[in-house]
Amino acid sequence: MSEMFANLGLGFSVALSFQNIALAFVGCLVGTLVGVLPGVGPIATIAMLLPITFGLDPVGALIMLAGIYYGAQYGGSTTAILVNIPGEATSVVTTLDGHQMARQGRAGVALGTAALASFFAGCVATVVIAALGAPLTKLALLFGPAEYFSLMVMGLCFAVVLARGSILKAFCMIMLGLLLSTVGTDLETGQERMTFGFPPLSDGIDFAVLAMGVFGFAEVLRNLENPEARDVVRAKIGRLLPGWSDIKQAAMPVVRGTGIGAILGILPGNGAVLGPFASYTVEKKIAKDPSRFGKGAIEGVAGPEAANNAGAQTAFIPLLTLGIPPNAVMALMVGAMTIHGIIPGPQVMTKNPDLFWGMIASMWIGNLMLLVINLPLVGLWVKLLQVPYRLMFPAILIFCSIGIYSVNNQPVDVAFTALFGLFGYLLIKLGFEPAPMLLGFVLGKLMEEKLRQALIISRGSFMTFIERPISAGLLLVAVAILVIALMPAMSKKREEVFTE
Amino acid sequence: MKKLALSLTAALALALPAQAQSKYPERPITMIVPFAAGGPTDIIARIVGENMSKTLGQQVVVENVAGAGGTTGITRAVTATPDGYTIAMGHLGTFSAAPATYPGLKYDPINGMQTIGLAGGTPILIVAKKAFAPKDLKEFVTYVKANTDKVNEAHAGVGSVSWTTCTLLKGQLGVPKLNSVAYRGTGPALNDLVSGQVDFMCDQIVSVAEQIKAGTIKAYAIASAERSPALPDVPTTKEAGLPEYQIEAWNGIAAPKGLPKDVVDKLVDALDKALNDETVKKRLLDLGTVLPTKEERTPAGFAALIKRDADKLSPVLSAAPKQ
Repeated sequence: MSEMFANLGLGFSVALSFQNIALAFVGCLVGTLVGVLPGVGPIATIAMLLPITFGLDPVGALIMLAGIYYGAQYGGSTTAILVNIPGEATSVVTTLDGHQMARQGRAGVALGTAALASFFAGCVATVVIAALGAPLTKLALLFGPAEYFSLMVMGLCFAVVLARGSILKAFCMIMLGLLLSTVGTDLETGQERMTFGFPPLSDGIDFAVLAMGVFGFAEVLRNLENPEARDVVRAKIGRLLPGWSDIKQAAMPVVRGTGIGAILGILPGNGAVLGPFASYTVEKKIAKDPSRFGKGAIEGVAGPEAANNAGAQTAFIPLLTLGIPPNAVMALMVGAMTIHGIIPGPQVMTKNPDLFWGMIASMWIGNLMLLVINLPLVGLWVKLLQVPYRLMFPAILIFCSIGIYSVNNQPVDVAFTALFGLFGYLLIKLGFEPAPMLLGFVLGKLMEEKLRQALIISRGSFMTFIERPISAGLLLVAVAILVIALMPAMSKKREEVFTE
Repeated sequence: MKKLALSLTAALALALPAQAQSKYPERPITMIVPFAAGGPTDIIARIVGENMSKTLGQQVVVENVAGAGGTTGITRAVTATPDGYTIAMGHLGTFSAAPATYPGLKYDPINGMQTIGLAGGTPILIVAKKAFAPKDLKEFVTYVKANTDKVNEAHAGVGSVSWTTCTLLKGQLGVPKLNSVAYRGTGPALNDLVSGQVDFMCDQIVSVAEQIKAGTIKAYAIASAERSPALPDVPTTKEAGLPEYQIEAWNGIAAPKGLPKDVVDKLVDALDKALNDETVKKRLLDLGTVLPTKEERTPAGFAALIKRDADKLSPVLSAAPKQ
């Protein structure tokens, strides 16, 4: 316990340096700025802004990226409340009651509640990460290649089950991601695979290129389809701080939401996305008058927003301790860390304690900052929501292209991004979610590496995955979750959860 | 307005011949680093480049052009116009090992480029998991030779420094086919070494020093001529009974062939000044770098080093099994 506080102390000493506070501030601000733009969620935002962190030292860069992440998440909620467009899957729930509150002239209270609930959840989640980080890192030493492989199989099974829409489509997207990850030079032999003799492919598909194409470019294309009609709340934002009665109503939902979100966030395979849904369902179930939900109930904003933020933060746990990203945003963080020369995994905590604890401390600072900068700036965000698409989209595209060029200084990367943009648009049109593909892409490289390592060490025997108890246990869970999800009764319930 | 235009033209007329006479460098110099930002080579390039900028009076801009084990960036650098505005920071892999590792290589490090000088060397250590049976290097050699079917070696991927140096070791021990487990980078490989999933690896002192000090892995020997001040208890390969295993991971600067003599001299001088600067020295030593000798800081000395290591590595790398 005292060790934890000593570590957090180290973290705060890193995060509270002038430079890092400034970076957290810029990150939160820029993240919110882009996150507010309709249709551009945290994934697209981080993918687009990744290159601007290249000039920084790794700690500063990650603090800024984390800031962008929370900022974008928060920006998404702002759009959900004011425009009724969810920035991302996790803010879908916020539109239900948040936008209704806005229509009743309580937009300010809805925004304030969302910010305060997020802040509370962020504080709790920071402590959870700090407490669980060290023991989980020790646990990681029990993990050999076989265990990592099985863990990732389990994670991908979770990702399939938790993805929105058809299970089959999610499965296809993960497989496609795995396939794309095998392009490039073979790790063991140095031979080129699936490059068609095309030199730019010899190092594989760049992660930033794929992410920015499929999320950044494709989102812009998709938004071009919609007529430029936005249901921006014209009414006054009103008072921001919730009143005493509001606080009394929202307090318990926030606590419950935090708990639900924090637990679901640790799950592999994007468990965080379930948090807001679960919290909303719980609140509606235990409310005295469930009919108020959907008509501007403050609990329907407070609970899910807390769950959203708690899950968003505890999702860092598998990344920081095992080096395995649980969802697409964390996959982007892996990309960012790798670009800065840090290989995510258990060694981060011992090798870069300032980075590990500094980032955890900065999460708390970031949350505080969101509260401080966002509430006074609400007016600005509303103005931003009125920027016409004809100015906004070309700006986003130009920004993306400059960013992607600056990663490797290769013009061909920009062309590839455009190609993936078209491809991503096609996927959206056909009803395929690109997020599982990105997760598959990032895990694919790791999975192949671990699979082959395990097999080389076992001299080619596949039994190693079953003979090692932890590995066998993980595979068992994976099989169980798939079987349960495919059972008719469950798959029906799953549809209900996602349509709600 | 007319007056202004006139005076501008006059100024230009004056300035132009002056500029033509003034010597290199007149604009920023691009130093290509063939790896991603943040890696060891990138860090050394930025530390040295920053100081070189002061001497040259022009900014040395680091540009990261990653790809194909660093050969993409070096190809771009050494095939550029030989005017001194494009130089590259390469390492043991891109300059000495690449010809044998990449059959279709588009540059010739021995005859096809102008060397400037060595920026720094990093000692290589043979390290093993804590529970690995052999107690010292002699026992290690006997054990590995006797247990080729049991021992697992880890490395950071084909073409990496750990792969290159360990392939050399396995070649010299006569066990080229030893089971070899590839990882994506030193970090994950080291992680599995600490947890005992693999038996041994060869790697740069920067990556392994902390773990050795913490006692989570053990070191058999350092493949340099002298012990390292960072790890004074680790014997050299010479002391421990494997004198032929001498290899260092180094980083050095090269430029396209055909660079004018005065430009080469200016770059050599700037590099030498950078390496004599106290701040640069301290930062490089902190990274575990061994500062180059007077000889290695010259184009001829660096070229000799590239050739020496290429001669040492080529036979083993070409013969290495491509599983």
